[in-house]
Amino acid sequence: MSTAIGGAIGAPLDRIEGPQKATGTATYAYEHPVENPLYLYALHSDVARGRVERIDAAAAEALPGVIAVISHQNAPRLADTRDGELAILQSDEVAFRGQYIGAVVAETFEVARHAASLVRVSYGEQPHDAAFGPERNDLYAPDRLNAGFATDTEEGDVDAALAAAAVTLDETYTTPMEHNNPMEPHTTVALWEAGDLTLYESTQGAHTARRAMARLFGLDRNRVRVVAMHVGGGFGSKGLPHANTVLAVMAAQVVEGRPIKFALTRQQMFSCVGYRTPTVQRIRLGADEDGRLTSTSHDVIEQTSRIKEFAEQTAYATRTMYATGTRRTTHRLAALDVPVPSWMRAPGEAPGMYALEAAMDEMAAKCDLDPIEFRVRNEPGFDAETGLPYSSRNLVACLREGALRFGWEDRDPTPRARREGRWLVGTGVASATYPVFRLPGSRVRVRYRGEGRYAVEIGAVDIGTGTWTALTQIAADALGVGVANIDLRIGDTELPQASVAGGSSGITVWGSTIFEAARAFRERHGQDPSEGDTAEAGTPENAETENYAMHAFGAYFAEARVNEDTGEVRIPRMTGVLAVGNVINPKTARSQLIGGMTMGLGMALHEESLVDPRFGHVVNHDFAEYHIPTNADVGEMDVAWIDEDDPHVNPMGSKGIGEIGICGSPAAVANAVYHATGIRVRDLPITPDKLLG
Amino acid sequence: MRPYAYVRARDVEGAVAALAGAPNAAFLAGGTNLVDLMKLGVETPDVLVDVRRLTSDRVEDLDDGGLRIGAAVPNSDLAADRKVRTRYPALSEALLSGASGQLRNLATTGGNFLQRTRCVYFYDTTTPCNKREPGSGCSAVEGHNKNHAILGASQHCVATHPSDMAVAMAALDAFVNVQGPDGERRVPIEELHRLPGDEPQSDTTLRHGELITSVDLPPLGFLSNSKYRKVRDRASYAFALVSVAAALEVEGGVVSDARIALGGVAHKPWRATKTEEALRGEPASGDNFRAAADIELEDAKPLRDNAFKIPLARNLIARTLLDLTEER
Repeated sequence: MSTAIGGAIGAPLDRIEGPQKATGTATYAYEHPVENPLYLYALHSDVARGRVERIDAAAAEALPGVIAVISHQNAPRLADTRDGELAILQSDEVAFRGQYIGAVVAETFEVARHAASLVRVSYGEQPHDAAFGPERNDLYAPDRLNAGFATDTEEGDVDAALAAAAVTLDETYTTPMEHNNPMEPHTTVALWEAGDLTLYESTQGAHTARRAMARLFGLDRNRVRVVAMHVGGGFGSKGLPHANTVLAVMAAQVVEGRPIKFALTRQQMFSCVGYRTPTVQRIRLGADEDGRLTSTSHDVIEQTSRIKEFAEQTAYATRTMYATGTRRTTHRLAALDVPVPSWMRAPGEAPGMYALEAAMDEMAAKCDLDPIEFRVRNEPGFDAETGLPYSSRNLVACLREGALRFGWEDRDPTPRARREGRWLVGTGVASATYPVFRLPGSRVRVRYRGEGRYAVEIGAVDIGTGTWTALTQIAADALGVGVANIDLRIGDTELPQASVAGGSSGITVWGSTIFEAARAFRERHGQDPSEGDTAEAGTPENAETENYAMHAFGAYFAEARVNEDTGEVRIPRMTGVLAVGNVINPKTARSQLIGGMTMGLGMALHEESLVDPRFGHVVNHDFAEYHIPTNADVGEMDVAWIDEDDPHVNPMGSKGIGEIGICGSPAAVANAVYHATGIRVRDLPITPDKLLG
Repeated sequence: MRPYAYVRARDVEGAVAALAGAPNAAFLAGGTNLVDLMKLGVETPDVLVDVRRLTSDRVEDLDDGGLRIGAAVPNSDLAADRKVRTRYPALSEALLSGASGQLRNLATTGGNFLQRTRCVYFYDTTTPCNKREPGSGCSAVEGHNKNHAILGASQHCVATHPSDMAVAMAALDAFVNVQGPDGERRVPIEELHRLPGDEPQSDTTLRHGELITSVDLPPLGFLSNSKYRKVRDRASYAFALVSVAAALEVEGGVVSDARIALGGVAHKPWRATKTEEALRGEPASGDNFRAAADIELEDAKPLRDNAFKIPLARNLIARTLLDLTEER
């Protein structure tokens, strides 16, 4: 496969849409100007399980400005009710607390919200079960995991190898429920007019949203248009369709002809748009006298909802990360009366690599090896999951380069041995990996507009990552012109279809397709095309996926300072060194990696959704009580990548960078906290109470 | 949010009168807490009487050498005031450890005292809460209560008072000047906030229609040797797990006077009088500081999730007093 690189790929181009965003003129979904809109405010269930017995909407309906109160009694019937998360208002059943049981539509947001507070709902409440924990006796093995991965794997006799190992570890690590919380909440502007549905939607996949809504409402796909020009983050929560969009479309159908505006409040972001499952992860490691792993066992317990299964691939990275004589990974689910979990940045890898890389840190100490040396000693020659060689694997180079940048040399491994005043100081390291996903079904159209300009069109969505800029750079090189000659059009289902912005796959998929369309265009129209000349192509097959396992790798380092009196943790600096192939835009890439590492820092120290099982919902459902890092929590963030030439992965030689920042970085922080204090907290987040003896 | 009327009074008397005849009216100053609570349906006033411009927004010297702070002084102005920073540094530090720059610009001195608790159940109208809905029960007693009280709580309410500023004011022995339907009165800070008892719906002893007009700080010299230290789950923009405001006077290595108040441990800023008493006349040492802290904390009754607050409070008191000893 060609890796011909022009001048645009690799340039630190400023964001193309930057001035629009900085001046507030970039149009996000809710801001899209529409005529005569109505506003929707949702009604959520106050019980975790039962039936809606009575809805008294008289007071709400009597309020001036209220247009409609929608509930299961009068909501449009859906054409497809197989998806338990999306099939809302189709019966009186309540499956979790916070589930949509209705909506108020009014002339203003304020009236809609006030009217919603006047709707009286009585329930036939049934006993519910929202208590997650490893002690449950109803755990089950799902058929498959998210992204199609196998539920369990086993190579060799793990138990025998553990029994015979010179050094063993058997520890359980837990991670809490977390919520994605992008800055822009989920928003929809929906207009249903003469059988056509138009959505201005905050989504990671315009075509994904269109497919779902067409199916649910029994519409022909080409009667549904979804526009998503700018999206203020998603972190996975806008990847799969959620019920908020269904509710908005239902309302649009009810008030046909007038657009519905629906934006979730921050509190509502905690009940209906997915979340990261809590996990309980037991890790057992066995090693020989030389610190070579003879067995690795990673057993995961996590939760799903009774109305729809989502099985996170938490132990997936363990299947590829290290050479080990024997290996077993398992996943078991508790199905509860809770909202449906979903994607949250690096589903699987993020919690799974925290546990694995914390265990590796503990095991290195048991083997009396430096944590970097221990990892290097267990570097595999091929991918155990597929049996294939890696297209490129530069984990060791990342560890070595990171050690230099961070200043790892001469580190005294003794915990709790350094202090500055009242602050205990320590350092930690962890590895990272994330697979190169290739999603099917994208197409790109290239059209010559004359005067040297090319329109390059694909319905992909920029969720704030820099897609506008990176795809423009790729298109410029693919067509052999300057970036100023490219008019990129994205974010609209009127354009050729695109896969979802998820799994760090966007650049691989859309970039490969741009290259393919450019090749087709030149083949047909040559170097001197006429105005209007057009070519279109789909995502090409990559035969190399049969020959190679493809993953990005990285290493994270963190310094932790822990106050001896108070247990406060500060992270003054982190270093990340990545092996992610060719970097399309160093400026946006750096930004994305810093964001990932910061989210990893937050996963280690801050983020935790607290479910009160008596009620069944998350009680710390706002930004005052659900903590993410503030600026004061983020110290020096040093990000670098090594030169990695991967001729197999795609025409750009690039690997996705959206998620690897949060894979491993939480463990680097946790390992640094241990090194500082001698206290091994195996339950995230590491808050002061867990460090006070 | 419920519809409400907005009224702007001409003066303090007018504002007080406006509330006197309206049992469901409320004063509006910075609105940084009240407006949030109205959006959530926790507070449902039918009239808001804007008092933002009615009281002084200045910090002025009193004849006795103390300071008078107008109720309308924004938190950011108060924190930056030179007199406050030199004579009552704990107050400036407390203000700067709270909220965010934007909020501090809007929030007022009077309003800061009257912040409602941040108990998650109080904020959630779908769960029982005796403070929000008397008689409905307390969800926190057997729920998530890491942030809740270890001192002075009742079976009806284990919420904590959220203000940092008020904790410093408690340590500084401030007086709150109040104007109400029956005229003016002067409330020692210790008597402004109350413990929950069986009336957790009342955070303070203020009566309906009483407006805080100013705050007086006493002229005690050693209050310039004061400090505020706050511990929270992240470095900024979070409410205190435990905080301490302390002022210390040490002469010849012996504690001659001390003022200590704790935040994050009770329904009100918790003046650690037992610790203060135990310290007077004792050598200023870490051991004595810890022992004195323990005397106060003997009464602590931890809940499921907050036993850590006891060692945290002890360490924080001892460390803050040591810092004040060394810096002297």
